[in-house]
Amino acid sequence: MNFLFYGSAVIAVITTLVAITRINVVHALLYFIVSLLSAAVIFYSLGAPFAAALEVIVYAGAIMVMFLFVMMMLNLGQATIEQEKSWLSPNMWIGPGILAAILLAEMLYALNLTDAEMAHTMIDAKAVGIELFGPYVLAVELASMLLLAGLVGAFHLARK
Amino acid sequence: MEITLQTIPMQHGLILASILFLLGLVGVLTRRNIVFVLMSLEIMLNAAGLAFIVGASRWGEADGQIMFLIILSLAAAEVAIGLGLVLQLFHKHKTLDLDTLNEMKG
Repeated sequence: MNFLFYGSAVIAVITTLVAITRINVVHALLYFIVSLLSAAVIFYSLGAPFAAALEVIVYAGAIMVMFLFVMMMLNLGQATIEQEKSWLSPNMWIGPGILAAILLAEMLYALNLTDAEMAHTMIDAKAVGIELFGPYVLAVELASMLLLAGLVGAFHLARK
Repeated sequence: MEITLQTIPMQHGLILASILFLLGLVGVLTRRNIVFVLMSLEIMLNAAGLAFIVGASRWGEADGQIMFLIILSLAAAEVAIGLGLVLQLFHKHKTLDLDTLNEMKG
């Protein structure tokens, strides 16, 4: 079970290091998505399955797709056409692909574990939900106000 | 049933969180492309969330995960505003270089 944590930790550090040293933004985003997926595996191995699911859905799903949308919206000229060609070459996908395959293997391994073999006590979504809408309901309101401010700000800023 | 059954020491999780945070900090300090700076900010926020998850796992409470949820919504709001600013910067200056913002006067 410790293998889940340490393996994903190594993958997270490697992919983050690669992500901040790339020249090309989309290549860096590709590695960063793998880094977020390994962070999700780390959360699961630490007994936080709800946070792991949100990490995949919100971070790797929504936020990274927003980055990609903006990169596609910016019309960077002839250079982007050359870039598009280079993205289609398979060797750019080998690195993230191998690391993601290791994470997939870890996930398959984790799915076969019984509760007794889990290293940590799981804090499931029910416990988080009871806390969230019980003593922390003010935090939910604050988060909603924050997201509303983000929505209004982004709408105002991105207008032509 | 044990409350805080764990085999991974808390220190290892915190060391991992600080390594990831430092990588994000190095990214913010060294990169001049604004998209990379935003991405490094995401790395730092994610590392802070990881530290909270490690705390939640250490004490067997859900509170750390709730802080992680708040950090998650903070990151979503921050990246929406940040990417709006990226679009404006690109429309005005036709570049993603942060150093062009030097010419902003007030």
